[in-house]
Amino acid sequence: MKHLIDIKELSKDEIKELIEVAKDIMQSPEKYSEKCKHKKLATLFFEPSTRTRLSFEAAMLELGGSVLGFSEAGSSSTAKGESVSDTIQVVGCYSDIIVMRHPKEGAPFVASLKSSVPIINAGDGGHNHPTQTLTDLLTIACEKKRFDHLTIGICGDLKFGRTVHSLVTAMARYAGIKFVFISPEELKMPEYIKEEILQKNKIEYVETNDLEKYMGDLDILYMTRVQKERFFNEEDYIRLKDYFILNRSKLEKAKKDLCIMHPLPRVNEIATEVDDDPRACYFKQARYGKYIRMALILKLLEIK
Amino acid sequence: MNIDSIKNGIVIDHIQAKKGMEIYEALKLGDLDCSVAIITNARSQKMGKKDIIKIDQNMDLDLTVLGYLDPNITINIIKDNQRVEKRHVQLPQEVENLIQCKNPRCITSTEQDLKHVFVLTDPEKRAYRCKYCETLKEE
Repeated sequence: MKHLIDIKELSKDEIKELIEVAKDIMQSPEKYSEKCKHKKLATLFFEPSTRTRLSFEAAMLELGGSVLGFSEAGSSSTAKGESVSDTIQVVGCYSDIIVMRHPKEGAPFVASLKSSVPIINAGDGGHNHPTQTLTDLLTIACEKKRFDHLTIGICGDLKFGRTVHSLVTAMARYAGIKFVFISPEELKMPEYIKEEILQKNKIEYVETNDLEKYMGDLDILYMTRVQKERFFNEEDYIRLKDYFILNRSKLEKAKKDLCIMHPLPRVNEIATEVDDDPRACYFKQARYGKYIRMALILKLLEIK
Repeated sequence: MNIDSIKNGIVIDHIQAKKGMEIYEALKLGDLDCSVAIITNARSQKMGKKDIIKIDQNMDLDLTVLGYLDPNITINIIKDNQRVEKRHVQLPQEVENLIQCKNPRCITSTEQDLKHVFVLTDPEKRAYRCKYCETLKEE
């Protein structure tokens, strides 16, 4: 039984295969419109995440399947004290594949140990969110046409942002990757990512708190939200937040084919004036998310 | 100081000094009926100081626990006053219920029936991470 709990479980070949399928779906969606006929996808969202849930539901519906599930723990039997293992064994009786988001880290892994159907982790606390990473990878594949020899700037909350940790882990496997980490001192990339991923794979990286300094070198700029609650005091937040807002003037030195990404939701870290710039890829990224999830559902259900 | 040699039993040697008591507790040697000696701060050419535990009977030792607590120890099995076997231990790849995950966001914090499993991720640093949430074991 195949599950997807952590992006590290997928080999480079498996990622390539998923991306090929996703591209084929984009090109000929009609070929796939009945691939999952009579199959059911259960979305178990123990904490709300509307866009991820809708993305999975849209993916399954476009494959001709149907969806069932809940969007918050209050409406599930967890509220009565049922364990994750029990919930998953029951839901496995009613569905062919399960998508699960849970506030507790490791909950989807626990589910996968007992499940009779494939489990997809749609986010477990601050831990993993592999389908966001797959979305990012499909975006890079479509917009940059390669995974190697890229300089990737990542800006914002690098300390707590699980999407950036997974992206760094996934991209560290390709040749010629360089990273530019742009963040306030308080939100720098954690040491264990630098030691266990970057140094181990001999990946070049620089750290800076200046968004414009390396702008001209970047092939990809991955923006994330700097959240107010991460700061010790409001004064620091007010002092620092504007450094990490991308606007048109900060893009002056950027390459013409820069790809600007963001996992969304955005608050104010990308000025809306950037949205019309052809280099802004974040809404396309959301669309790619649906296609890669379609490819993943097919893979886990072993449907060709 | 003299501690009598044992005729049949186990000598756990080369224990890091001051760690003997922890191993005594972990192996629940206090529950045994036979005599057990803990020698602390014994002189050692190799280690300077070391602890030794002598158990006056043969028993099955939990090598995973021993390897986790101190991978440098040696275990000598004594039969009829002769050492018949010398065993080394190593850091176990995985330990169950020896380390508690302290991450309040970990699934083990709410699901009490789950075993606390930690996996060796960096043998050089003796780093173990929770199998569920990947939080590093706190020193």
